[in-house]
Amino acid sequence: MIKVTAQEIAAQEFDSVVSSHRPQIFRFLLASTRDVDLAETLTQDCFLKAHRNWSNFRGESSALTWLMRIAINLQKDHWRNRRMQFWRHTRTNAVDLDEASDWLPSGERTVEQRMLARERVAQVWLSVENLSERQRTVFLLRFVDEMELKEIAAMTGMGEGTVKAHLSRALAKVRREFGKDKD
Amino acid sequence: MNRDDEHVKPAGEMERLETLEPELREALGNFKASVDAWSDAMMSRPREAKAPAKTNWSAITKWALGCVVFAGTVSGGLYQNHQQQEAAKVESARIAEQQQRAMDAAKLAKTDEEDLMAKVDSDIAREVPSALEPMASLMTEDDTQGN
Repeated sequence: MIKVTAQEIAAQEFDSVVSSHRPQIFRFLLASTRDVDLAETLTQDCFLKAHRNWSNFRGESSALTWLMRIAINLQKDHWRNRRMQFWRHTRTNAVDLDEASDWLPSGERTVEQRMLARERVAQVWLSVENLSERQRTVFLLRFVDEMELKEIAAMTGMGEGTVKAHLSRALAKVRREFGKDKD
Repeated sequence: MNRDDEHVKPAGEMERLETLEPELREALGNFKASVDAWSDAMMSRPREAKAPAKTNWSAITKWALGCVVFAGTVSGGLYQNHQQQEAAKVESARIAEQQQRAMDAAKLAKTDEEDLMAKVDSDIAREVPSALEPMASLMTEDDTQGN
């Protein structure tokens, strides 16, 4: 009979958590930073941190909520550290808005529709860039990761009311950008 | 009232993609689709294994060494230039001193010559010795004029 230790079980569990949640964590970090290398590094750091603390994970929240919370904090720390540096105004390897908008699937659209859709996506990227850090996080968790307000509150450590307020303000800013374009 | 608050809706219907105006809904849907496609493409791309980020001591050492060599070269050059200037100053002072000495020597020589000439003049202009005086008195004024 094969004896499986608790440590091995934990390692297997962690492996399955990594494989099932890695894409979501990476996607959130990519959307937040628009920098592939940085998103990969932060994703790696996130799982490294999670691995070190896996034994302390009590399962009070879902594994995704816990991992996303780590990712959000890592991202915050990264920007805070950059702000401390004198070259803070230089962006990292973040791709520009047009390049980020190029990833829109073509679907069944005509060329004209595709161009319009691409333009609109670039506008959303621009609006997202101009949001505050909290507004951006809440906005991306809501409209990219399609999280419920309650989940966002758990991931960000904010109250549900605060999440609503940030989301509402973020949407108002995005609407304004669209309004500007119409004028 | 904050302008942003105008768009705050009651909880429940708030900020659901379906409740947004069609244009914004479509834009946000496309935004999500583009992020998904980008993320999927980046996740599935072949990646090279990267060495863990570590301090590149070799590069730092090279830089430091380069800086030391550069500083040494520059300061060496400056020192050499300074030395040359000092040597030129000393040389010019020496030449000036030599010239001064030569001038002094010439002046001294000139003074000696003048003294000698004065001495000679004074010697030549000495009065006729008294022993020859009788012969001088024998010579008439006419004799002297006849010659």
